Amino acid sequence: MANKVAESISREEFFYGHKACAGCGGSLAVRAALKVLGPNAVSVLPAGCMSAVGFNFPQLCFSNNSIISTFAGTASMLTGVEAGLRARGYKDFTAVGFAGDGGTADIGIQALSGAIDRNDNIIYICYDNEAYMNTGIQKSGLTPFGAKTTTTPAGKNIHGNIRPKKNMFEIAAAHDIPYAATASVGYIYDFIQKVQKASQIQGTKYIHVIAPCPTGWGVAPDETVEIAKEVVDCGLWYLAEYENGGFKLNHKPKEFTSVESYLKKQGRFRHLTDEDIQVITASRDKKWEFISKNFVI
Amino acid sequence: MKKFLSGNEAFAEGIRLARPQVISAYPITPQTIVVERLSEMVEDGSLNAEYVHVESEHSALSCAIGASAAGARAFTATSSQGLLYMAECLYYAAGGRFPIVMMNADRSTALPWNIYGDQRDSLSQLDSGWIQAYAENAQEALDLALMSYRIAENKEVSTPFMANLDGFVLTHTYETVDIPDREQADRFLPPYETDNRIDFENPKNMAFSAGPDTNYIFKYKEHEGILAAKKAIIDTEKEFAEIFGRKYTGLTENYRTDDAEYIIVTLGSIAGLCRETADKLRENDIKAGVVRIRYMRPFPNEEISDVLRNARAYAVLEKDISFGNEGTVFTNVNSALKKTGLNVKGYNYIGGLGGRNISAADIEKIYTDIAKGTESVNFIGIGGEDNGK
Repeated sequence: MANKVAESISREEFFYGHKACAGCGGSLAVRAALKVLGPNAVSVLPAGCMSAVGFNFPQLCFSNNSIISTFAGTASMLTGVEAGLRARGYKDFTAVGFAGDGGTADIGIQALSGAIDRNDNIIYICYDNEAYMNTGIQKSGLTPFGAKTTTTPAGKNIHGNIRPKKNMFEIAAAHDIPYAATASVGYIYDFIQKVQKASQIQGTKYIHVIAPCPTGWGVAPDETVEIAKEVVDCGLWYLAEYENGGFKLNHKPKEFTSVESYLKKQGRFRHLTDEDIQVITASRDKKWEFISKNFVI
Repeated sequence: MKKFLSGNEAFAEGIRLARPQVISAYPITPQTIVVERLSEMVEDGSLNAEYVHVESEHSALSCAIGASAAGARAFTATSSQGLLYMAECLYYAAGGRFPIVMMNADRSTALPWNIYGDQRDSLSQLDSGWIQAYAENAQEALDLALMSYRIAENKEVSTPFMANLDGFVLTHTYETVDIPDREQADRFLPPYETDNRIDFENPKNMAFSAGPDTNYIFKYKEHEGILAAKKAIIDTEKEFAEIFGRKYTGLTENYRTDDAEYIIVTLGSIAGLCRETADKLRENDIKAGVVRIRYMRPFPNEEISDVLRNARAYAVLEKDISFGNEGTVFTNVNSALKKTGLNVKGYNYIGGLGGRNISAADIEKIYTDIAKGTESVNFIGIGGEDNGK
């Protein structure tokens, strides 16, 4: 698989010289997606990690046209950019958004829903590092159950975050969007293929890519890719697509690796009790029951 | 061509002539008719624009910013709560130097809920970096719509433009309006050209961060840009008069002020009644005059101090209150005088909040009160016999 990736992807770089932390999964997703979309991609990034590390005047790190939007305005600015360029006669370009989990599932969900409703011709990529990392690891709507953040401390009474992640993939699909997909930077070829596919489809495309944050997750910077693979292998995340009104699973682990092992190697989950881990495992099994019933496998 | 139109419809006609390329639309009373008419123009093909049904005012302006960053001429419209909801984007558009035009139907702000006209919405956003114009009648509204892009898109200015129309009193009142010819409009307003846009030949990183070392330079340039609008407004109005024959008077409009002893300074649609009242008082040898502020930003400091220089007293009549202080227009007018060392007695009259009527008798009382001397800040209808009832 590695060789196939090396052959297919451009050697040109569009996002470099930035200040992202070592091992940043989000910057890996942005870098790979822009290599697929090429020089005529116009990227819109809200206030968040990628804009904070990439747009510090005069150190500007995108070699394609790129703009920061308001925190809530990724999708609405994408709409404006796409409509404006089209009105000016441009055809050969891709308007692509890169927003984090907070920017997508919390403050930006209204504008995203509006864009999908209009079926604007844009690609919206959510790089999900499972908390507000730019402000220092606060809980978002995509922080998983049990995770310790700076606003969901792990103590005697409460063991971190008490709510599961919102399912943004299925929320996007519920709009009957032309294309939605889940991905992980641990399965980068799958992600690249999905960005490629999205670029060929007319209308709104939503890709939700798990992008570990070593700083916030409490893993070593060189473990990003491994942990992003493991979250898929243990079944807590899955690689899937929504297209033509139906769900499809892209990758079915023969047998799940240990949930406990995935959790316990991360600082944010180290406090979890056996009971907590049982709750997480049970919710994984319930999700896979749903997938086996409702997804083409 | 003459037509009988409301203020909103007249403004929409002006926007049609301005050929915006992207319109982001969201309804709110009393603005809604503007985006309704524009949708009909797009449908019937008389306006060739991308019409985007956004899901909120925040997205309306965010979308317009994106379109402007793409190099397109963009328009949106709002009012009251909508203006406040998009407030973040107001500052963003101004800081990014995106010459978007937005119509705001001036309306009261909740609480209590109220859909009628006052100017507390737009005046609360004076610091957002937008040019702010206030129309008096439907013809001026239409003409402002056409002139606004010329002023905003001027290379020295490159600043967004908010055209304010008093809710209902102007937005919903019908008048005979002269609609310019398409050819004349095109001669007056060329297509939007800018370097401040996405460019595939020379890719840009836009709307970036600037730290303490450079931030103040961008902010200073932003200030210079809106100050440059003063000249752009005069030049634009001159050219407008040459093509269309209608003359405007820059940042302020003075009425019988040359020998006036008592002057009301106001803005928007109430100015007409002030002029009528001044005429009536002059029949009784009270030398009354009116200054109508047409632009709150850039603020007419020199114009205001020049015109009030020889008055015995002035009153600022406004549909606004900055709670805990006074009306914001009053603060601005006083500052203009202070800067030139003038010491003319000034009074503030707060009226028309939530659409409450300001009568000719109210205005006459302002002139007679300031001739005698009164409280510094006065609420029309509160105090005296009816005391707010």
